[in-house]
Amino acid sequence: MKKIVVILAIFGLLVVLAVGNLSQKDSEPTTIDILKEKYSKKEPPEVDHSKFEILQHKFNSPQEVTKACEYCHNMTAHQVMQSDHWNWEREEYVQGRGVIYLGKSNAINNFCIGTRGNEKSCAKCHIGYGINDEGIVYTDSTNIDCLVCHDNSETYVKAPEKGGLPLSTLDFNKIAESVGKPKRSNCGVCHFFGGGGNNVKHGDLDMAMFEPTMDVDIHMASDGMNLQCVDCHTTDQHNISGKVYSLSSMNHDRNTCEQCHTDTPHEDDILNEHTLKVACQSCHIPTYAKANSTKMYWDWSTAGKLKNGEPYEEDDSLGNHTYLSIKGSFVWERNVVPDYVWFNGTASHYLEGDIIQDTTKPLILNQLHGSYSDDESKIIPVKIHIAKQPFDPINRILIQPKLYADKKGEGAFWKDFNWQTASAEGMKDVGLPFSGKISFMKTEMYWPINHMVASKENTLQCNSCHTRENSRLAKLTDFYMPGRDYSSLVDTGGKWLIILLIIGILLHATIRFLSYRKIKKEVSK
Amino acid sequence: MSKKQVYIYKGFERFWHWMQSTLIFFLAFTGFEIHGTYTFFGFRDAVRYHNVATYMFIGLIVFAIFWHLTTGEYKQYIPTLKNIKAQLNYYIFGIFRNAPHPTKKTVLSKLNPLQKLTYFGLKILVIPLSVTSGLLYMFYRYPSKHGVEAINIQTLQFIAIFHTIAAILLVTFLITHLYLLTTGETVTSNLKAMLTGFEELDDEDPGQEKIDEHVLSTQNLD
Repeated sequence: MKKIVVILAIFGLLVVLAVGNLSQKDSEPTTIDILKEKYSKKEPPEVDHSKFEILQHKFNSPQEVTKACEYCHNMTAHQVMQSDHWNWEREEYVQGRGVIYLGKSNAINNFCIGTRGNEKSCAKCHIGYGINDEGIVYTDSTNIDCLVCHDNSETYVKAPEKGGLPLSTLDFNKIAESVGKPKRSNCGVCHFFGGGGNNVKHGDLDMAMFEPTMDVDIHMASDGMNLQCVDCHTTDQHNISGKVYSLSSMNHDRNTCEQCHTDTPHEDDILNEHTLKVACQSCHIPTYAKANSTKMYWDWSTAGKLKNGEPYEEDDSLGNHTYLSIKGSFVWERNVVPDYVWFNGTASHYLEGDIIQDTTKPLILNQLHGSYSDDESKIIPVKIHIAKQPFDPINRILIQPKLYADKKGEGAFWKDFNWQTASAEGMKDVGLPFSGKISFMKTEMYWPINHMVASKENTLQCNSCHTRENSRLAKLTDFYMPGRDYSSLVDTGGKWLIILLIIGILLHATIRFLSYRKIKKEVSK
Repeated sequence: MSKKQVYIYKGFERFWHWMQSTLIFFLAFTGFEIHGTYTFFGFRDAVRYHNVATYMFIGLIVFAIFWHLTTGEYKQYIPTLKNIKAQLNYYIFGIFRNAPHPTKKTVLSKLNPLQKLTYFGLKILVIPLSVTSGLLYMFYRYPSKHGVEAINIQTLQFIAIFHTIAAILLVTFLITHLYLLTTGETVTSNLKAMLTGFEELDDEDPGQEKIDEHVLSTQNLD
C-alpha cells in the first residue's frame, strides 16, 4: 500500500512537471518570435497618392510639388521646419558649456571640416531647396524637400552644388504620385554618403545597405527581415528618433537594441548579466565596413598638389581614392575590427572658435564620456577616424577653410588650391580671427557603430575579450576582467611555489628510493 | 604487536574524500583555464563547468560539515603541537632510514600531527577563502542604479586575486598530498585504505576494534 502511494506521488509529480514544462513552451513565444511575426507583416499603404487629382497637374518645379503636398498635409510644414533635419542644429546641454545649439551648422568635423561658407555644396543633403550663403534656411515652406525622404519611385536625385535643388530633368509627377513611407534608399542617399563619398563617415552605413545580404546586416537584409531604417528610427511629428554622437551630446532620444529585444535577450543568465556593462553592439557587430571600405584617415596637409596645373586623383586597387588634390591623402579599411570605449550617452564637442589647450596632442572633436565606475556607462564599439587638419597656431583654433565656390578667384580651396586665401575667406565667413599662419594637427572623431549587426552564429565569442593575448578590450584597463587580467605577483609566486614543490618531491622520492635499496642490500647481507 | 585489518574510513568519509578530490581537481582545472593559464574546454564551457562543479562542491561541504559534527569526527582535526617535531623529523630523516612512523594510526586518531595542522588550515582558511571569494565572484553585482549601495562591489580585482591565491594553495596541497600518500606502511597502503576503508594497523586494543560512537570523545584523542 505504502509503495503504491509513493509511486503514485512520484508519477503525479512527473506529470505536473511535464505539463508545466510543455505548456510553458506553447504559451510563451520568445521575443524574437514575436518580433519576427510583427515585422514580417508589411502594412499596405492607407492611401494611393497616384489617385489624387492635385498630383496629376503638370509640375514644373519641386516647389510646386511641395505646395500640392501642403494642400492636404497642411500642418506638416510647421513640424518639418522644427526638425533637426531642417535646422541642422538642435538644443543640447553640453557639460561645461550649458545649453547650446549644436549641429552641422556650427560643429567642426574630421572630413570636409564644416558647412559654413560651403552651404551651396553641403546643402545637397539638406531637406530643403537651398540654404543661403549665411547658412540661414529659408522660411518659405515651399522650400521643404518632401520628396527626398518620401519618393518611393527611386528616381528622385538632388543636383550637386545647387543648394539642395533636385535635377531639373526629373519627372516630378511620377515622383509625387509614388510618395510613401521613407525606405532605405531615401535615408541612405544622404546618410550612406556623408563626408563626400560612400561609407566615408560612419563605417557601418554604406550603399551595401540599400539591399544588404544577411552577412552585411541581419535586420535589414533584403533576403531576410528586410527592415527599413524607419522601422527602428521611429518618427514623432517629423522628428526622427536616434542620433549620432558626432553632433549629439545628451543621453536622450536614442535608438537602442533594447527597445525591441529587451534588457535580457539571452537564454544564458551570464550573457544577460553582461548587458549591464556591455552594449549589444559590442558583441553583435564583430566588424564594420563589411562590404565597402571606410575612410580611417584623412590628411588635409597633403592637399593642393597639382599635375600640370590641374588637380588629380589616385586610387587603390578597390577603387578608393587614396589621394585627391582637393582633399589630401586617405587611408581606407574594410572589415574593420572596432575600437571599444566606455560610453554613458553624453559627449562634448569642439565647436568653431574653441581654443585648443594642447596642440601637440590629437584633438578629440567629439569626446564620448564614460568609464567603468560610471553606472550609466557601457562598452560600445566605435570607429575612430583620424584626420590632419589646418589650425591657426597663433590663435590656437581650428581653421574652417572656404572649400567650395562656383568659380576661381573667390578664395575657395577646391578652385584655387591656396590655403592662405581659403583660410582667410573661410574664417571671415564664420567671423573668427585668422593670424595668417597655418599649421596642421591631428584630430580624432569617435563614431559609435550600431549597424551591420551579425547573425547569432557570427557573434563574438567569450574569448574574443576574455583572453590574455589580443583581447578586444585590451585598451580598457580601468577594470578587472577574468581571463584577461591577473596579478603577476600572485601568478609568478604561485608558479615558482609549484615548481619548487615538485623539485622537492622528486628529490625526496629519489633519496627515499636510494636509501630503500641500500637498506634492502644491507638486510640481505 | 599483532597486525589487524581495521575498518578505518567509513563509507561516507570515503565518498566525501573522493568526491572532494575530484571536484577540487576539476575546479582547479577549469578555474585555471578561466584564469587564462591555458585553453582546453574553451572559456565559455570552462565557466559553465566550473559553476556546476561549484554547486556540487558547496553541497558536498554542507553534507561533510553535517557528518563531521554529528559523528564527532571533527575532533580528529583539532590541531596539536605534540609530536609535530617528531613527524617532521620522520619525513626529513627517519623515512630514509626505514624508521617507524612516530605516531600510531588508530581509528580514533587517524591523522598525524602534521596532517591535523594542514587539514585544519585547509578547513578553516583555504577552503573558506576559496568558497567565499568564489561566491562573491559569481554573485558580485555591478554598481546598479536602484540597488542597495552597500552591497555593490566596485571591482572584481581583489575577489579574483584572493580566489587565485586560494586555488594555488589548493593545488600545492593536492600535489603534496599525492606524494605523501605513498609514505604509508607500504607505497600503496594509504591509497588502498582510502579506497576500501580497511587498513592493516597495529592491534593495540582489541576492545576498540569495533567502532562504537560512544567511545568517540576528546579524551581518547591525543
